[in-house]
Amino acid sequence: MSFEVMLQQLASGFGQTVLIFALTLLFSLPLGMVVYFGRVCKFKPVSWLVKIYISIMRGTPLMLQLLLWYFGPYYLWGMNIGGYKFTAIILGCSLNYAAYFAEIYRSGIESIPVGQYEAAQLLGYNKQQTFFKIILPQVVKIVLPAVTNEVITLVKDTSLVYSVSYIEMFAVAKQIAAAKTTVIPFFIAGAFYYVFNFLVAWVMELFEKKLDYYH
Amino acid sequence: MNLLEMNHIQKSFGELHVLKDINISVKEGEILSIIGPSGSGKSTLLRCATMLEKINGGEIFYLGEQAASAKGGQISYAKGEQMKKIQGYFGLVFQNFNLFPHHSVMKNITDAPIHVQKRNKDEVYKEARELLKKMGLEDKEDAYPCQLSGGQCQRVAIARALALNPKILFFDEPTSALDPELTGEVLKVIRSLADLDITMVIVTHEMQFAKDISDRVIFMDQGVVVVEGTPDEVFSSDNARMKEFLGKFHQG
Repeated sequence: MSFEVMLQQLASGFGQTVLIFALTLLFSLPLGMVVYFGRVCKFKPVSWLVKIYISIMRGTPLMLQLLLWYFGPYYLWGMNIGGYKFTAIILGCSLNYAAYFAEIYRSGIESIPVGQYEAAQLLGYNKQQTFFKIILPQVVKIVLPAVTNEVITLVKDTSLVYSVSYIEMFAVAKQIAAAKTTVIPFFIAGAFYYVFNFLVAWVMELFEKKLDYYH
Repeated sequence: MNLLEMNHIQKSFGELHVLKDINISVKEGEILSIIGPSGSGKSTLLRCATMLEKINGGEIFYLGEQAASAKGGQISYAKGEQMKKIQGYFGLVFQNFNLFPHHSVMKNITDAPIHVQKRNKDEVYKEARELLKKMGLEDKEDAYPCQLSGGQCQRVAIARALALNPKILFFDEPTSALDPELTGEVLKVIRSLADLDITMVIVTHEMQFAKDISDRVIFMDQGVVVVEGTPDEVFSSDNARMKEFLGKFHQG
């Protein structure tokens, strides 16, 4: 197998990697906010449930969660899981990352001084205005470095979907390496991950710079 | 009619009884200073008047409209539109400014008039520029709070409170976070407001300032009003606790 063919196959696998990455981010970033609101909900049963959810998501391997999301419905209810694999992957990754994002949001929101809320109250802002105009913009700036960390981890975590035999770049690299007894595909895949993360870090730095106008 | 009336105010934090049956009233156009040692309950009284703290007993009226009342040991506050209306009567200047760091000076001042009071944008901006001029900050409208000195921040905070056209403005130790030089410039601004007949209640440790500016002074200690009267009456009071507190001031 020529280098070009190898590169081509890995690149097509990389497309799947990017797809999983993008969809997981798309769902988990807003879902994290929902989880946060559940976590701090004044109705205790809700906040307990959400706490248990976060604890399980963070306390068990993502690979195990993916296996459960994919095979669980078949073993538990005999559901036909043909064609369900991609959904299971996005579901598993999004729910896992939402738990982490929720805790990052919480740390950011709790670091806003109470005086900001008091000033907003005195100026007559209602609860929604206070959150969206005063609190959230400041939280975004505070949590950006922590979110960058998670996003970079997510790029690498997409490789875990090989455990449910989904074909993305990492799975392709493994196949070629095993079939052709060579480590070159691992080097190429590594380069893909690295460059992708380099871009992610660069974009996030742009965001940080954009918010650098105050402190 | 009194602009503000607080009757038999009680406030506790757990076991700690901070306000013990406080009665104060403020007439329109009046400037009232509240002095007293730290922990005497001055700031808590302001926080109760501005609804940042809930009272445990007593009642609060603004312009005769009931904001809070005690019925059978239960405190009930005005709700919905009525509360909104009452909250529009007063503004508060904080000790540590509490400006919004991500908003420019202009936006700090204009955002609430535009989005809370739904006033005309051009009109609000025009008024804000006039306020900034009054505060000596006409060249700072595009600056962010982090680029300003403490004294400038506090003057922006005063402009922000005034932009909502409150009937009464509360100051919670407005100069306690500032050095003497910056204190001077903020006090100057507050004095200029006094000339405009704005009703003010000022909690302060600046004795000379309180003496000069006030129509009436209240001396609080351990959650009660100890002495109340004109500045001359209060500062020459025979009350032992008052004399002790002012000892340093008179010596200095």
